[in-house]
Amino acid sequence: MSGILVVQEASKDGRARFFQETLAAGRILSGLTGLPLEVAGVGDPNTSLFVVISGPPPALAHAIQHPLLETYTADGYVLAFEELIRKLEPAYVVFPHSYQARDFVPRLAVRFGQVLIGDVTAIEAGPLFVRQLFQGRLNASYRHQGAGPCFVSIQSGAFSDDLPSGGKFTIYPFTPTVAAEDIRAKPGEPFRGSVQTVDLGSAQRIVSVGRGIKGAEHIPLVQELATALGAELAASRPICDNGWLPMERQVGSSGQTVAPRLYLAVGISGAIQHLVGMKGSQCIVAINRDPDAPIFEVADYGIVGDLFEVVPALTAAVKAAKQ
Amino acid sequence: MKIVVAIKQVPDRDAPVRIAAGGKWIDESDLQFAMNEPDAYALEEALLLKEKNGGEVIVLSVGPERVASVLREALAKGADRAIHVVCDDLVDRDALGVARLLAAAIQPENPDLVLTGLQSEDLGLGQTGVMVAELLGLPHATLILHVERTSDGINAKRELEEGWFQFIEMPLPAVLTMQSGGNKLRYATLMGIKRAKAKELRAVSAAEFGVDTVPAVVLEQIALPKKQKSTQFLSGSVKEAAAALVEKLKTEARVL
Repeated sequence: MSGILVVQEASKDGRARFFQETLAAGRILSGLTGLPLEVAGVGDPNTSLFVVISGPPPALAHAIQHPLLETYTADGYVLAFEELIRKLEPAYVVFPHSYQARDFVPRLAVRFGQVLIGDVTAIEAGPLFVRQLFQGRLNASYRHQGAGPCFVSIQSGAFSDDLPSGGKFTIYPFTPTVAAEDIRAKPGEPFRGSVQTVDLGSAQRIVSVGRGIKGAEHIPLVQELATALGAELAASRPICDNGWLPMERQVGSSGQTVAPRLYLAVGISGAIQHLVGMKGSQCIVAINRDPDAPIFEVADYGIVGDLFEVVPALTAAVKAAKQ
Repeated sequence: MKIVVAIKQVPDRDAPVRIAAGGKWIDESDLQFAMNEPDAYALEEALLLKEKNGGEVIVLSVGPERVASVLREALAKGADRAIHVVCDDLVDRDALGVARLLAAAIQPENPDLVLTGLQSEDLGLGQTGVMVAELLGLPHATLILHVERTSDGINAKRELEEGWFQFIEMPLPAVLTMQSGGNKLRYATLMGIKRAKAKELRAVSAAEFGVDTVPAVVLEQIALPKKQKSTQFLSGSVKEAAAALVEKLKTEARVL
């Protein structure tokens, strides 16, 4: 095909995850290179994984089917996609930057002497693939060189697709050669970590705390601000990793995704894993001592300063405003 | 259990990041460096496994002379010996180029388990460990929080998205990339630092492995990110800034 193969991933209920975004990125790449688009996914061609398609072509989809692929394993998926890619010979293969893609695509890429250009936020003329470095403090443009398919994964929320839905695929079933002994890992059933007692998703206001707080003993300082604002207290991953707040209060790609009316980030630098969990908030306020912290890229209001001075002053100002 | 832990040295999280002349990389001249945090969790899990099951923990790092300091830190925390693949052009290699060096250094050791962090804090590529598994022909799993030794392999707790987890069973040898937060990280004790001085730290030149290839992907340029929103910065004294912010949140954003 020498085109662009856009891979879709099935969610637990069999629907496509991140597909419109991945397809939007594929369309941009198609516009820049003039190459045609096709779609591939693992699943039954008759399920909803393959019925949602919108706008202009791709009109072709490859439904990868095999009993050994019903449960995801890196070994199984690597074999299946390797065989499909050798058959189709695409110039680009575009994945969503999901946990699943991160788990198997680097291994798949090695089979072609390639790497994954992962977590891409923009595609520019060249094509150049833009991704973040240093926890979001810098952007880097990468270029693929030489022969072989270029593997790309697309950051969640970075591309949007407003095209109308209702198009239809011609679906080609594809049965890869996979044997039971090829699959070395035995994955167990997914389970919930702990009983969720905090629903950050429905909170109207959230005060979220990051590494800048320096120690568990300073958490009450931020709790006071949250209480004054009538807000839930949340945190970035390192705070929960250290056990300063429970895991269920974590916002970000490995925690909860929130979109409150007010999100106030205290001492959070704004690594991408955190931003994807909160950038949909209506109003974002950041307090950080580093004026170049990436959190300010998404903030509506900012105070640059020492949080140990700013937070008590802000708590006092909120209380004063209420009187 | 013989465990190799691959560790990267990265610029300290709080170090100022300045773009070097030419715009291809950062200015490393005044940077402080530290152990990549997810790798520190990989080391911690390896040390716990050794304490439980016995065996040996070997730490491995690729990079210029300065990376010897993270290897010494790992030895002080309890690793038994260290291998330093000396390589001054890390920035010019893609993830596969680095993975080839790691795999070449690991192969002769024949370990039961290879652990590394799920990603680095500087490049965040998140694929080097998985690539090492493929190059060594070993099974792998990513985003692992804990590892249990079983009669015929390991049982690992793996983090999934949105607060879900699963256990995954694998035969040994295997490669795991570790998520942060599974354990509490230990500090090196004075005794540990003293003992580390007597431990083996072997330096090998990257060129000796003969695995250099042309990178598939080239970093063209680095730049400061474009702002998605224009932030209104509130200045003045802390008290003034706080009062101004509350006023804005009330009357402009209307979220109070």
